[in-house]
Amino acid sequence: MTNAITFRKPREIHIRPAVNSDLLGLIALDEEITGLAKRKYWKETFARYGARRRLSRFFLVAEYRGRIEGFIIGEVRAWEFGEPPCGWIFTVQVRPKTRLKGIGTQLFETLCDAFRHAGVQKVRTMMARDNQLVLSFFRSQGMMAGPFIELEAALD
Amino acid sequence: MKLQKASSFALYAVLELAENPTSQLSGTEIADKYGISAHHLAKVLRDLGRAGIVEAARGVGGGYRLAVNAKRLTLLDVIQVFEPIGPQGAAEEDPELATDAGCALRMVLDELDDHALATFRSITISTMLKLMTRRPWAGSSRFTKAIRKAAARR
Repeated sequence: MTNAITFRKPREIHIRPAVNSDLLGLIALDEEITGLAKRKYWKETFARYGARRRLSRFFLVAEYRGRIEGFIIGEVRAWEFGEPPCGWIFTVQVRPKTRLKGIGTQLFETLCDAFRHAGVQKVRTMMARDNQLVLSFFRSQGMMAGPFIELEAALD
Repeated sequence: MKLQKASSFALYAVLELAENPTSQLSGTEIADKYGISAHHLAKVLRDLGRAGIVEAARGVGGGYRLAVNAKRLTLLDVIQVFEPIGPQGAAEEDPELATDAGCALRMVLDELDDHALATFRSITISTMLKLMTRRPWAGSSRFTKAIRKAAARR
């Protein structure tokens, strides 16, 4: 990052902004977790959140012994639904074999530091109700239901 | 939303045991702390024991301890021992489903139940302990008044 954010470096896990050379590792990690190879999607996502460094978009990776073990992506969204700008988390993933070692927590806390540095007061996310794993993770980080209700309708 | 008394008592007991993992607590100790019926709590603890959530230690200094990992035990795991949570799925013969109004109402109630289910399923006892430590309700007049009233009653 070009700004003054200090990224946490507890023990051997290194949380840092994603760089171009991480892309293949990220694609492989996502494929390991989801079972789907999404090269185009990750190239576009990296171009949007990782390649062009700004104060409002963050693509962070957790590196352990030279390998990417997890990542988190978020951005500051301004004035949606008339609300003050807030931090939005799109995704967080940790390699299944290295879960429960605090990597997700370090990614989350580092992203929250980045959001604070960007001047926002709240962090939000949205996910499927039945995604118990990720929902429990965010709950364990202290996240509670926010003031919005997500609605949808079929476009017949 | 309100939980049945047995569910609330069970959650108090489980949280108390999770907060004190190295000691065994008696039902009376827990009941005294929360100002609840020791007799009712004893029955709740027996049900939790049968569900494998707590285990009783006999003899001098006996009491209860948590039998499962607090990081893996969810609110839903505890509550479901005492009451059903989530869409109950009205039976086909339920007269409620014989009318459009009944079906529409059932759809809305199921939506609420779905949210309750997802919430209880995603919060572990360990997360509850963190919440109790952080006390995000501090400063909320609704909670402060209730806490003061409870303290005055004791």
